[in-house]
Amino acid sequence: MKQYLLSIYQPDGPPPADLDLTRIMRDVRALRDEMKRAGAWVFSGGLHDASTATVVRVNHGDALITDGPYTEGKEHLGGFTIIKTADLDGALDWGRKLATVLSPLAIEVRPFHDETTH
Amino acid sequence: MSTHDIERIFREEYGRAVAVLVRRFSDIDLAEEAVQDAFATAVQRWPTEGVPPSPAGWLITTARNRIIDRLRREASRDDRTQAALHHGGSLAGLPEEAVDDEIGDERLRLIFTCCHPALALNAQVALTLRLLGGLTTEAIARAFLVPAATLAQRLVRAKGKIRDARIPYRVPQAADLPARMRGVLAVIYLIFNEGYTASSGDRLTRDDLCAEAIRLGRQLHELMPGEPEVMGLLALMLLIDARRAARVSADGGLVRLADQDRRQWNRAMIREGQALVRRCLARNVPGPYQIQAAINAVHSDASTSADTDWRQILTLYNHLMAVAPTPVAALNRAVAVAEVEGPHAALTLVDSLDLDRYYLFHAIRADLLRRLGRLSEAADAYDTAIERSENAAEREFLERRLTELRQM
Repeated sequence: MKQYLLSIYQPDGPPPADLDLTRIMRDVRALRDEMKRAGAWVFSGGLHDASTATVVRVNHGDALITDGPYTEGKEHLGGFTIIKTADLDGALDWGRKLATVLSPLAIEVRPFHDETTH
Repeated sequence: MSTHDIERIFREEYGRAVAVLVRRFSDIDLAEEAVQDAFATAVQRWPTEGVPPSPAGWLITTARNRIIDRLRREASRDDRTQAALHHGGSLAGLPEEAVDDEIGDERLRLIFTCCHPALALNAQVALTLRLLGGLTTEAIARAFLVPAATLAQRLVRAKGKIRDARIPYRVPQAADLPARMRGVLAVIYLIFNEGYTASSGDRLTRDDLCAEAIRLGRQLHELMPGEPEVMGLLALMLLIDARRAARVSADGGLVRLADQDRRQWNRAMIREGQALVRRCLARNVPGPYQIQAAINAVHSDASTSADTDWRQILTLYNHLMAVAPTPVAALNRAVAVAEVEGPHAALTLVDSLDLDRYYLFHAIRADLLRRLGRLSEAADAYDTAIERSENAAEREFLERRLTELRQM
């Protein structure tokens, strides 16, 4: 089996007023349960807004701490799921299901190095 | 047996050999290197020892033995090569003819891998030509007018993604098959079109790419004989390519369909294409490639331009618009409307299309305006068409039309 990271990218700021968050959260939970039943789920989590992020850098032993996310931009990582499937087609199937639940948000599917699969 | 003959056999068998070895060893680079080594051995041996009864079987067996030798040398270092050795070893001991019998479907898997939607379209094209067509990186780069280093980099990156993201070697499941099949057909047709009308540069046709696309179409038809759209695409390419000799004048200029010397059309290709059109349409699952092939079959039926059955062609374009409505199909339909209902009706249709960036839109508009006697508007439209065209032969053709117009 191979592990893949499914990243959810979402626009910064509050969600649109007409968004049915209750429905979305219910669908996301249902999909997570489906992944678990299929033996594909490894880990998942939702993140607080990018404005809550802090970046740490170490230069010559000194830690430099700065406020805000690492990348500039209007969209940031909002949450992620780690799954294990036989190949990319399997991962893209789960990616499609997640993107359906979260439409119009895009899901990035990215493979882990094999060393992390134990 | 000359080196040239061996090269031809090699090109014919390259895809099959690489496909079976990729399947066994899950490593494209390893498979390619081994098949090239086997070819080098063939060039040395076949001229004196003769061609083996099954060249593909020989190439695969020889290449497989190379890989196994190499993996054995490396095996003590790495568990993964042990595993690869174990899988690849399953062919060991089979006679070459038996190896040959086993490999048909492996090419189909490889086609779907090369045309996987997770790869960029230009990478899909390059991989298909490299792995299934056996074209060299340099030849592909020349055909697409990109530096060889750029194309090599594109191939490395695509092969890296196949390996690291684990893009499978598999014919897609039934639910995904229609969409994935459309992707494969689009890649083959893109190769054909790139050969037929170079999108930029001076040569009007790059015959090698057309021949290669037809060869890939034949392969796919052989591997999926029941697929009507595969038949449709093959028929479409054959019918269009049959006109190649008539499409270019002695001085290298473009000759439009209406002005072509139809005696120069390749009758054997037309017969083959028309037979395929009849066979696929009989299955009654029409698709865009089949309908476009049928339209071209009607053109091929007419011994002179005036004999063309435009009503039949318009009916087929109506079907095409029902199945796959695209602005370009609508534009081509307008050309048929001009013949059946006259240029005025056609111009109304053309003017409703949003194709400002497409040179043919302006060229067709120019011709309709000319026929309606609106000459200065026609000249403006030719100017725009010339501006939008990236191909010297097309540009020259349009300039000739513009000169003729100014003399009217």
